Amino acid sequence: MAGMLYALVALGFVLIFKASGVFNFAQGSMVLFAALAMARFAQWIPQWTGLHGRLAVGLLAFVLAMLLMLAVAWVVQRWVLAKLVNQEGTTLLMATLGVSHFLDGLGQIVFGTDVYTIDAGLPKAPLLLGEVWFPGGILVSQEDLVAAAVAAALVAVLAVGFRYTATGRALRAVSDDPQAAQSLGIPLQRMWLLVWAVAGFVALVAGMVWGSKLGVQYALSMVALKALPVVILGGLTSVPGAIVGGLIVGVGEKLSEVYLGPTLGGGIEIWFAYVLALVVLLVRPQGLFGEKLINRV
Amino acid sequence: MLVQPTLLQRCLLAMLVLGILLAPVWLAPEYWLRAILIPFLILALAALGLNILQGYCGQVSLGSGGFMAVGAYLAYNLFMRVPGVPVVAAILAGGAGAALVGLVFGLPSLRIRGLYLAVATLALQFFADWAFLRIKWFTQDSASGQVSVPQLQVLGLPIESPAAKYLFCLTFLCVFLLLAHHLVRGAIGREWVAVRDMEVAATALGIRPPHAKLTAFAVSSFYIGVAGALWGFVHLGAWEPAAFGIERSFQLLFMVLIGGLGALSGALYGPAFLVMLPLLLDHLPRLFGVEMSSALTTHLSSMSLGALIVFFLIKEPRGLSHWVRLSVARSRRRADAG
Repeated sequence: MAGMLYALVALGFVLIFKASGVFNFAQGSMVLFAALAMARFAQWIPQWTGLHGRLAVGLLAFVLAMLLMLAVAWVVQRWVLAKLVNQEGTTLLMATLGVSHFLDGLGQIVFGTDVYTIDAGLPKAPLLLGEVWFPGGILVSQEDLVAAAVAAALVAVLAVGFRYTATGRALRAVSDDPQAAQSLGIPLQRMWLLVWAVAGFVALVAGMVWGSKLGVQYALSMVALKALPVVILGGLTSVPGAIVGGLIVGVGEKLSEVYLGPTLGGGIEIWFAYVLALVVLLVRPQGLFGEKLINRV
Repeated sequence: MLVQPTLLQRCLLAMLVLGILLAPVWLAPEYWLRAILIPFLILALAALGLNILQGYCGQVSLGSGGFMAVGAYLAYNLFMRVPGVPVVAAILAGGAGAALVGLVFGLPSLRIRGLYLAVATLALQFFADWAFLRIKWFTQDSASGQVSVPQLQVLGLPIESPAAKYLFCLTFLCVFLLLAHHLVRGAIGREWVAVRDMEVAATALGIRPPHAKLTAFAVSSFYIGVAGALWGFVHLGAWEPAAFGIERSFQLLFMVLIGGLGALSGALYGPAFLVMLPLLLDHLPRLFGVEMSSALTTHLSSMSLGALIVFFLIKEPRGLSHWVRLSVARSRRRADAG
């Protein structure tokens, strides 16, 4: 389950990195911000409008939260990235760190600091699978299944979009060489806006999935730090890599905790992903599925 | 025209600076010393270390908090386990230990750079968080996971009052500032800058990038480790790993960014600015009769910090130190003209 969430956050990372070469540290804060917005709008809408249908309220809250993420994307693009075109990667990374702090502060001022829940209407009862093949079977939470399906659908749509649509091709061109792309008439600014908006959408979905399971709180923003090793593992430019990396880290963390934890004193979840990423970096810097970068002089 | 000051003028200037540095001992209220000046001095030392690595050698690091933790815990263990070790020696040894760890975690920088290196240094941060929380040897089996140092003494004088602590940290900062000044002006500093600006060209000039990068990592970690030991020993007295968490790393990075990358004075302006910011946000609204909750202040300072980072990256990537230099030059020109 944690792996699924890492994968969803990592997906946002990869999208933005692919399209603009920006290593977006703010992705976790965007997840937090979107989830907070969603949770609070769902509370506020019945008070404002007197609407009570759960579906209607949920949909309206989702639309409002999405509009908010669009606004965030626009502001980031217009006031931060557009001013830093052609800067080094590390400068952009630090800019997104700034954005991340800004969003954390703003989100908690506007929406409050308590723990909120999102009721996404997902089925809660666990499902027993595989009893036919062996006794006992495996208990699988239906929520997790829905989350996995959502993530898989998102990835499929995005992967197809990147490969086959004109916009996807334009985005790939922009990531390869912004200047050349611009000289071919691709509107850089609009492309970046688009990709930040999509990343905002992915953040909203990730926030909803996580929020409906464990509640929305500040710790969500820290999950993003776990998504870094995930993208390193899967490859910075690979959408499927983000998902596979997320699953590897999510499962690896739990297994290592169970099997290695007792000998090492427990709590190794904190650094397991990072050490794994470090090893991958030393052996295969482009990650499992990434494109090989060749540094020429 | 820059006129060289005469010997008399230099002496006067030196006395003025000394006077300003020592004035807080008598003039500043205890709260000021404890809550503003001492943290400022220690964080300035850490920022100096990070600036050497990031500003001069161009290697991104998000693991500064981890290096501070290594310095603090090693110094603590040496101090508590070996009887009769002087405080200063323990603190310096903590720095040396951090330098060794820095060498190890600097190794990935030989193969990877930029964003990837940032992730590698984050690995150290999380590993340090875990190690000092879970490995009981480091905390000497303290039940709460917290460690504390007893009364400190240097040359028979107790370091107890805020004024004494202030002077102790000030001495450290001055010595290390002078050292850094000579390092970055010397051969090794030039190597760092050359590697930062263009690694290939530096190689062509006969500079060995691995050597330059690793020395930068070692020196930088030494500084940060000493700062960590001071933070634990002098400022906190009793601490747990959370004092050196990822937030600390970000804070140091922001200090260096706002102060100015690649300028030693930047390591002073940045911490001064960031230590003052929350206090400013706390007191300014009160002047206008607005009461704010402390949570709101925290979030506001987080917001303004983020906005400031973006602002500085866009408008003044070379930070406050560059801005100060420009204003000084401008006022001097105006004085010459008028």
